[in-house]
Formats: sequence, C-alpha cells, structure tokens
Amino acid sequence: MTSLRVAWADTLVADARRNERIVLLDADLATSTKGDTFAAALPGQFMQMGIAEQNMVAAAAGLSDHGFIPWMSSFAVFFTHRALDPIRMLVAQTRANVKIAAGYSGVLTGLTGKTHQDVQDLAIMRAMPGMVVLSPGDAMECAQMVRWANEYDGPVYLRLARDAAPALPAAAAFHVGAVSRLVEGGTVVLVSTGVQSVRTVEAAALVTASTGVTPRVVHVPTIKPLDEESLCAQLAGVDLVVVVEEHSVIGGLGGLVSEVLCSRAPSPRVVRLGLQDHWGESAPNADLLDKYGLSPAALAQSIASYLNIDGANNG
Amino acid sequence: MTSKHVDIDTMSRAPLGGESRRSFAALERVAATARWLSISTVAASQAGHVGGPLSAMDLITALYFDQMRIDPAEPDRIERDRFVLSKGHSSIALYSVMALRGYFDVLELATFDKIDSRLQGHPDRTRLPGLDASSGSLGQGLSFGMGLALGARMAGRDSHTWVMLGDGEIQEGMVWEAVHVAARYRLANLTAIVDHNGLQQYGWEPDGNDRGDRGDPWRGIDLGAVFRSFGWRVIEIDGHDFPQILAAYELARGANQTRPTVILASTIKGKGISYAEHQHAWHNGIASQEQLDRARVDLGLDDIGEM
Repeated sequence: MTSLRVAWADTLVADARRNERIVLLDADLATSTKGDTFAAALPGQFMQMGIAEQNMVAAAAGLSDHGFIPWMSSFAVFFTHRALDPIRMLVAQTRANVKIAAGYSGVLTGLTGKTHQDVQDLAIMRAMPGMVVLSPGDAMECAQMVRWANEYDGPVYLRLARDAAPALPAAAAFHVGAVSRLVEGGTVVLVSTGVQSVRTVEAAALVTASTGVTPRVVHVPTIKPLDEESLCAQLAGVDLVVVVEEHSVIGGLGGLVSEVLCSRAPSPRVVRLGLQDHWGESAPNADLLDKYGLSPAALAQSIASYLNIDGANNG
Repeated sequence: MTSKHVDIDTMSRAPLGGESRRSFAALERVAATARWLSISTVAASQAGHVGGPLSAMDLITALYFDQMRIDPAEPDRIERDRFVLSKGHSSIALYSVMALRGYFDVLELATFDKIDSRLQGHPDRTRLPGLDASSGSLGQGLSFGMGLALGARMAGRDSHTWVMLGDGEIQEGMVWEAVHVAARYRLANLTAIVDHNGLQQYGWEPDGNDRGDRGDPWRGIDLGAVFRSFGWRVIEIDGHDFPQILAAYELARGANQTRPTVILASTIKGKGISYAEHQHAWHNGIASQEQLDRARVDLGLDDIGEM
C-alpha cells in the first residue's frame, strides 16, 4: 500500500528527470508532503520558498511565464484557504501552467486537528473557472494524474491524502472527466472520490452482507471538468444515490452530483454523507472515520438505514 | 483622439536591447500626453482612477520609452523585459503609455472599462498582448515578478523584471514575503519601484506634516532602512525628475549586482493637474468639462485642442 503523497513524489521525480522544465516549490513542508524526495533527487529543480504560501503561488505563476512547469507542495488547507487569492488572480484567471499538489486533504492528517484539515477544498476549487480538480483514489491513479498534469497546459489542483491507501478494485485507467464503476450492483449507487472510494467499496460489501442489497459503487476521480454523461450513465436506473466523501457535504462531490442530477428528470433521491457542516478535530484515523460516519462500518449502517426507508424500491 | 500631436513617430525607437535614448523634453511631452489621455479617458468612461495613474506616469513612461527592452511589434517575445503593474488600479496610466508606445491605437482607449474591451478596469494579461501581468488584488505583483526574475535566470535569459508597487499597497503582508525570498535568491534582475505619493484611497489621519491632505502611509518609518535590512539595494529619487529616474533605472539594471533593487520614488498623487495634486479625493474621480479644460492647460497641452 503506497500513500498518495509518495506516489506523487516518486512520479514527479521520474517525470522531472526527463523534463528539466518541471520544478518543485516548497513552502517548508517537504518532509511531510514528500517533496524532500524530489529535493534530494533533483536539487537543481527544487526551490524552497519558505513559510509563505501566497508568495509561492505567485512565484510559480511567474516561473510558468518563462516556460517552466512549476509544481507546488503544501497542505491543501494552506492553498485553498491561505493562498486562495493568488490562486484565483494569478493562476486560474490567467490559466497559468501551474500544478498544485495539495497534501493532507480531508480529516486524516496525522493528529493535527481542524486547523490543518481541509474539508472544503473541493467546494472552493471547483467553483473556480479554468481550474482542473483531480481527486485520486489510490497510488496508481495518482501517478497517472501526475503524468497527465505534466502534459496538460493549464492549472491543476491535485487532492492528495497523507496515509497509506489501499488500491482501488477494478478502477479504469484514468481519463480526465470520466468516472469509473468499481462494483456492479442494483438500484442503489454509492458515489465517492479520493481515498474514501475504497472505504465505500468496503461499506458496500457490508451492506450486501447485512441486507442482501448489492449497491453499485462509482468512483469520481475528476471533480472538474466532469464528464456529466459519464456520470449519468453510471447512475442510470437507480432509485437512490448516496454520495460519500471525506469532505464537507456542502459543495463537494455531493453538491456536484446533486447539481448534475437536479436538472435531469426523472431524478433519483440523492443523500450526501460526509462532514455535516462542521469542523474536524485531532484524533486517530479510525476514531475520526467512525465519528464522521466515514468508516466502512459506520457507512454501512447509514446506507442500510436509507435502504429501509426506501425498502420497497430496493428489495 | 489621435496621437499625431505627440512627436512619437519621429522619435527613434529603442529596439530590443538597443541603446537609443530620447531627450528629457520628449519624455516630458509623452508623460503629459499620457496624463491627458488618462484623465480624459476616465472621464469619458465615467469610471476609473486618477491620482495614482498621474503619480506613476513619469516612472512608467521612462520604462516604456527609454529603459525596457521591448518591442511593441513582438509583445510576446520571451527575452523581453517584463513590467508588472502591481498597483493594478492605475491601469489607465499603463494603457495610455502602451498606446503611445505603439502597442495599440490610442483610439482604443475609448473602450476602457466597456464590455468586451481589452482594456479592463484592472489589467488582464489574457486580453491584451503586451500586458505582462494580471493585477488588481493588491500585494501580489512583487511575488509574481519574483517568479519572473527567477524563471529568467534559470532559463538563462537576460530579461529584467520591473514591478511597480503603491505605497499603500505595500501594507499587504504578501509583499514582504516576496521581499524576503527575492533577496534570499539574490535576484539582481528584479527591480521594485515604489510609487510613494503619500496618499491612499482614504488612508490615515493627517498630523500636519504630511505632503497630502491625509496621513502618509509610512509616516515615521524609514522604508529605505527596512528594505536595506532585508538585503535589498535602495535607491531614493524624485519620481517626477526624468534625469533621476533614468539614472536609477540604469543603476538598477547594472551588471555585477547580487541583490534586487528597490527604487523609492517620491511622487505627487494627481501630479500635473492642479486641482488633483495631493488630494486623496482624486484617488478616483470623474473630471467635468471645465476640469478637463483646466487639465489640458495645466499639462501644457492647450495647443493640441480637443482630443
């Protein structure tokens, strides 16, 4: 099991060895984000920018003007909250060829607490015109996204997670915009993104064991630009859509799925599971996932409760 | 509007890296014309800033008509010098100078702030070739310029980056992030120019010793010492004196430097128009016809008639 941050760093080093225009800027979190791997391998392409994220973002935009492909590494929350204005004006509005490696997203951030957890980043970044927002589910998908981002000319936000991530079962090769079906199933579909997708697959198995209903599980690696037809094809013929994300239920994947479905009729019921409009806290991963209803067991329980409500439709 | 009144076409053009120079009198004339274009364009568009564009005009004119290695016919050439107008609300000053320099027709100034215009209220580099930076949200330009200077050096290009900051703008904390890192990377190909006109939009209570009708943003603070302590070379000049401006720019670009340079330019908000000078209320404003007539006289352009 490789973490996304390790997959990101290793893939970036491999690409940057072949392309010296790829550089990495760090806001002094390299030992956490694994940017130090890059710094050790390619010191001439690594630039320390100090604990000053806004300056780093703007400097990256300037570097891109001279033909470089600057990646930046920090914690997600320091990009999407602290450095949002330069991301808006100097990166998104100018379509600068800048890549944001947003580490430590979600709530599983190594006992740091709500100050360092980012549970709004998808909502914030996907509201920004011109931004590509990617949320890999495992190391292999993350590596594909890094390689894709290095070829793509424009801003990319890559949502990374801190801890070791099990591999997605049966994920399709990454294709920007497309969603992939992880588990075949019936009239209820679970939609997830990032490393939460694997936990959602595990929850689906528990639901099947306890209720006899086999939910379909769909993974959405591209938050923006989403191929809406690809998503809707996966949701065809279901009565209940349960969106699960390690993120606020406001504006993230749940918001996205709701927006897509509400303009299409007939539309299935959409339930959004995630952080219910509150901040996180510092605690061991298992406790956080249980408390916020994101562990396979907690998820299975809430999904089953919705099945009971809709039992007539899902028996 | 037409530029025929300004003797631009007969003045020698400075090619990229060329050595040709214009006379101080010619630069004065360009700046006066650009001031007129700015206040009259803002009046026609019924929106825009006046005081800041006028205080920065001589500094911008000297860059585009003397110092910068640029070619309006090839605005995207990668070896060019870069100019970042970090105080983006002074956009009309930059547009006026760029039009006179030949980046686009002076007539296009009439589209300023109009729908679909290339001349946005704040500079949008995606719309207008020759604009090196988008700006407007204050405090970000020096960081962007720092990245430009770093990129030029890493790519082995002899391109100098010039960043204009407002004296109010440098209250933004992000500016000081850039000040710290630029010195650490010894970016000798980066020059910051602070348009120190002593006023901001509303600003601070005056104490009787201020140049303007409100308090100077940096009253009691030795800005030169602050920059020097961060490792910058500091040049202090009168921002309306072309011999001083040109000399400062030469010094800033000079070889054998290992530090970024800041030019602290003492300027007058509303410079050149009698009723606007030192008046915070002219931060932005719409001149009446009577005021426009007066401006033309003040600028020594009463010979050119209605533009």
